[in-house]
Amino acid sequence: MTLEALLFQALNGLAAASSLFFVGAGLSLIFGVTRIINIAHGSFYMLGLYLAATLAIKVGGGFGFWGGILAAGLVVAALGGLVEVLLLRRIYQAPELFQLLATFALLLVINDVVQYVWGPEDLLGPRAPGLRGSVEILGRNFPSYDLFLIAIGPLVLLLLHLMLARTRFGRLIRAATQDREMVGALGVNQAMLFTIVFVLGAFLAGFGGALQVAREPANLGLDLVVISDAFVVVVVGGMGSITGAFLAAVIIAEVKALCIGLGLVHFGAFAVNFSKLTLVAEFLVMAVVLIVRPFGLLGRPQAPVRNPAEIEDPIRPATLPLRAAAAALLLLLLLLPLLSKTSPYVLVLSIDVLIAILFATSLHFIMGPGGMHSFGHAAYFGLGAYGAALMVKFAAAATLLALIVAPLAGLMGALLFGWFAVRLSGVYLAMLTLAFAQIVWSILFQWEEVTGGSNGILGIWPQAPFDSRPAFYFLTLALVLAGVLLLRCFLFAPFGYAMRAGRDSPLRAEAIGIAVKRVQWIGFAIAGAFAGIAGGVFAFAKGTISPDVAWVSRSIDAMVMVLLGGIQTLTGPIVGAAVFTVLQDNVMRQTAFWRGLLGAVILLLVLVFPGGIVGALSKRAAARRKPA
Amino acid sequence: MSVLRVRNLSKAFGGVHAVENVSFDVGDGEFLALIGPNGAGKSTCFNMINGQLAPDRGDIQFADRSIVGLKPREIWRLGVGRTFQVAATFGSMTVAENVQMALVSHHGEIFRFARALAARHRERAFELLEQVGMAGSAPRACKELAYGDVKRVELAIALANEPRLLLMDEPTAGMAPRERNDLIALVKRLVVERRISVLFTEHSMDVVFAYADRIIVLARGMLIADGNAEAIRDNMQVQQVYLGAGRTFRPHAQAQS
Repeated sequence: MTLEALLFQALNGLAAASSLFFVGAGLSLIFGVTRIINIAHGSFYMLGLYLAATLAIKVGGGFGFWGGILAAGLVVAALGGLVEVLLLRRIYQAPELFQLLATFALLLVINDVVQYVWGPEDLLGPRAPGLRGSVEILGRNFPSYDLFLIAIGPLVLLLLHLMLARTRFGRLIRAATQDREMVGALGVNQAMLFTIVFVLGAFLAGFGGALQVAREPANLGLDLVVISDAFVVVVVGGMGSITGAFLAAVIIAEVKALCIGLGLVHFGAFAVNFSKLTLVAEFLVMAVVLIVRPFGLLGRPQAPVRNPAEIEDPIRPATLPLRAAAAALLLLLLLLPLLSKTSPYVLVLSIDVLIAILFATSLHFIMGPGGMHSFGHAAYFGLGAYGAALMVKFAAAATLLALIVAPLAGLMGALLFGWFAVRLSGVYLAMLTLAFAQIVWSILFQWEEVTGGSNGILGIWPQAPFDSRPAFYFLTLALVLAGVLLLRCFLFAPFGYAMRAGRDSPLRAEAIGIAVKRVQWIGFAIAGAFAGIAGGVFAFAKGTISPDVAWVSRSIDAMVMVLLGGIQTLTGPIVGAAVFTVLQDNVMRQTAFWRGLLGAVILLLVLVFPGGIVGALSKRAAARRKPA
Repeated sequence: MSVLRVRNLSKAFGGVHAVENVSFDVGDGEFLALIGPNGAGKSTCFNMINGQLAPDRGDIQFADRSIVGLKPREIWRLGVGRTFQVAATFGSMTVAENVQMALVSHHGEIFRFARALAARHRERAFELLEQVGMAGSAPRACKELAYGDVKRVELAIALANEPRLLLMDEPTAGMAPRERNDLIALVKRLVVERRISVLFTEHSMDVVFAYADRIIVLARGMLIADGNAEAIRDNMQVQQVYLGAGRTFRPHAQAQS
């Protein structure tokens, strides 16, 4: 590749950086003032792009195009205002996890609404009136519209900077970013300030999306792609820093553009297709930055979390009634193949439920007692599934051997990503885990030679003696039972207590000699290994796997299971996983918009039943024991 | 023979010299109070000793070994216990489990996955709780306790590794006067019985003058006095700093308002 080609590709990167910067800056601004990570920010971007494309096509001409871009930004801004007033205002005082989940639920709902309005097809906008042509740069044609994009990024950075530095509103934003209680105490109308900031952030995202109208087609996958990119931008640039977001956006976009520009490169006999390594490259940049500057290029150390969840009760060994119930349930499960001879689907569903139970329990292990809210637990499930499937595909491994590889694959992934994730906490950890899961997904998706790309791997069936449905059911039951009991045992052992100690009071934990980060890292790895087992069993249960096993929605499903059951209880994830899987099985067959429905369920959970099913039940039981 | 030796300790934040050239010793079995008005540098000094802040200059020796640059948990392993200004315990555990957690860590059993924590070091935990008068609350959840009791539990936790030195940052902050006296009397008793040395910062002078073996006074980052209660009470410089005969108050500042 020549130097000219490289420079040309760098220009391409700059053009992509602007939109990335707008989304990242909006996310950063909103977080700075409201302390909420808006996961639906990618949805605002996607919505902006759909609106702009529609307006440009329907209205047409220069007015439709340029006016459409502005209008799209404004409509998204108005929507942002609505969201802030109706939803976020109710949860500013809620624990961080619930805020993250609520905005994720919003993402699900918006995605289904967009699918309902625009349909599943991609939507490509027209080229920009007035900037259709191209300019000759370095002997190549460079689209003039891209030059316009390159210019508008720094322009908006300058405007934002002036606003923050010179205006009263900007001063309020900076003050609130540093100490919002103080700003409130000084008599500033906080509710108003929050709304305006959220509207501004939403506008930036919608505008950023709309600007891409002449460059990329609108599609339903954009929301998650963009939010993962934005997370990387914010983590690299430093949370709360607008200039940092710009710098990071440029770096990320450049790295991606160069990867695409390099394309297929031969190193002797070895060929690497760099254009398929964009997400991996992004991860490497982030990893380096996090090692050198844990709070991002221009970021500052995090302030401690202000809204900790209600402190949970001490854990106690199972009571007699609970043990009896568990024994009865186990007996029922053992007899299930006999009882369900006439309806074979019961066994299929039961295997799904069992897998979900192990997966949710492994997530609860780090989410509840560990206090680490992983938004990317599906990564380790997926690694386990692919680990087992690849053993079958390439080594024709026996079922049990493949099922030993599954947790190892999950463990390795969790050790690698966990090392970075535990360096940060709270929302940073949530963002990182989500980004890591996206990376795993994209590797599974893009590495066709090994993983089979989007087709996945077919024909992974269990061998004898597990080749009959009941036999495989018993194998699943044994593995899940062992997994759940082991995790429970860990929680009662010193290690589990050390995790809770680090969550309850990191200061005190360090002061009695507990290496909190190391404990969290090992905990994260253990959870990854058990998720890997669940993934391995899943691969054999389905016979076919695709990159979907590691997709974000699976991570969120697991979170919802944990919250549905109740995060502060040990039996919660089991109940939650069972209820969720059965419900999903029924609902998914009724409607194409089950994701939006799931979003609605999450919002209901967050706003009305924050304690989950088991939490609500034990509260009722406690109230009955000692009447007020 | 001194347990802790602090030499020429200095720390500046930007242009502010929070602690400047401070040197003192804590003797074996000594109950030493570090006092001074707000902003004198007590907390900075404290945080350098317990490993949370790195000093700009100077040395800190514990048991004849420099501990500058060690992490808080490493300093704890050497035999330094500590309590915090706002008591820090593990709210989701029972009182006994809080102490057992510290004992488990002391015995290097953090990375054990089988036998339950609740079954480990039970007797020792109970003994420690008995010493601080909290044995009766052993099975209760720590989050349910009154603040004064949380402070006692914290003391039991701090004693779990059989420390030679106990660092207590404002041990009686946020407590009622009666509780305050009880707690310090308890600490004093433990110091005598177990020959632990204690360095503590404190704002309530009645506590300091009644119980401390020796008092050192910080003002504007510098050590201005060192002696027993009587010597400190009669020290002119100390009186100036506390009573405002010196440069801390400026009459014209009042006149302006």
